[in-house]
Amino acid sequence: MGHDLRIRIKTLVMILAMVVCANAGDLMLKRGMTKIGAVEISASGLEHALLATVTNGTIWIGILFLTGFMLSYMTVLSWADYSYVMPAGAFGYALLTLLAVVFLHEHVSPRRWIGVVLICVGVLLVGQTRPRTTEAVVREPREAAA
Amino acid sequence: MWVALLLGVLILGSTAGEIAITHGMKATGEPERLRPLELFEFLKRAMRNGWFWAGVPLMALSFYSLLVLLSWRPISFVIPASALSYVVGTLGAKYILREDVSPARWIGVVLVCVGVALVAAG
Repeated sequence: MGHDLRIRIKTLVMILAMVVCANAGDLMLKRGMTKIGAVEISASGLEHALLATVTNGTIWIGILFLTGFMLSYMTVLSWADYSYVMPAGAFGYALLTLLAVVFLHEHVSPRRWIGVVLICVGVLLVGQTRPRTTEAVVREPREAAA
Repeated sequence: MWVALLLGVLILGSTAGEIAITHGMKATGEPERLRPLELFEFLKRAMRNGWFWAGVPLMALSFYSLLVLLSWRPISFVIPASALSYVVGTLGAKYILREDVSPARWIGVVLVCVGVALVAAG
């Protein structure tokens, strides 16, 4: 029981890290790209966009967050089921809607609210199943010997 | 026609890529504790795993299909359509990774899939 609870808590912590990093990363990219302006699809337009993005601090903060997302995703998948982590990560969509309402005072349509409720119920249903249902994969021979 | 094809590439590419990476991470084995040094060692081991490197180009392919699709169609079409990947991913988890997908988990996945489609449609 203690072991099971420990796995649940560390899975939850990593999924929260994933959701926070993914949302913060997307937000930073959006901010950075808004400052840069619409990208023109032409040789000179793309060259300008490339230069503007690699010299933009906000874009780099976004990339840093998205790297954090990828690392936490990889880490949690080393013990938890893919079919557990993947739907649970969708909690981010619901969180984003709530943040938009609270901080940006955005208007949210009834259809979108229904979506938020469905995501929350779905994530709760998935969340109460066992995070790991497979045994450890047999390690590559070289690693097992090490 | 091209839209349907690219949606297929988007969904199958991300699912195949994530399944390969999941398999690679399970083979890597979990870090004993979530401390910086052990996480660093874990990532070094993960980088030496072939399944990880098989997954990365598949996810890149899926990401570029997403970018192209977003230049053709509004986000309120693209994201709801790609929400199907929750169901495809769960099928992959069940039949390829041999995870035990209980009825509760299936219902949860379907609710999430419909919910994401509704949220993205706005």
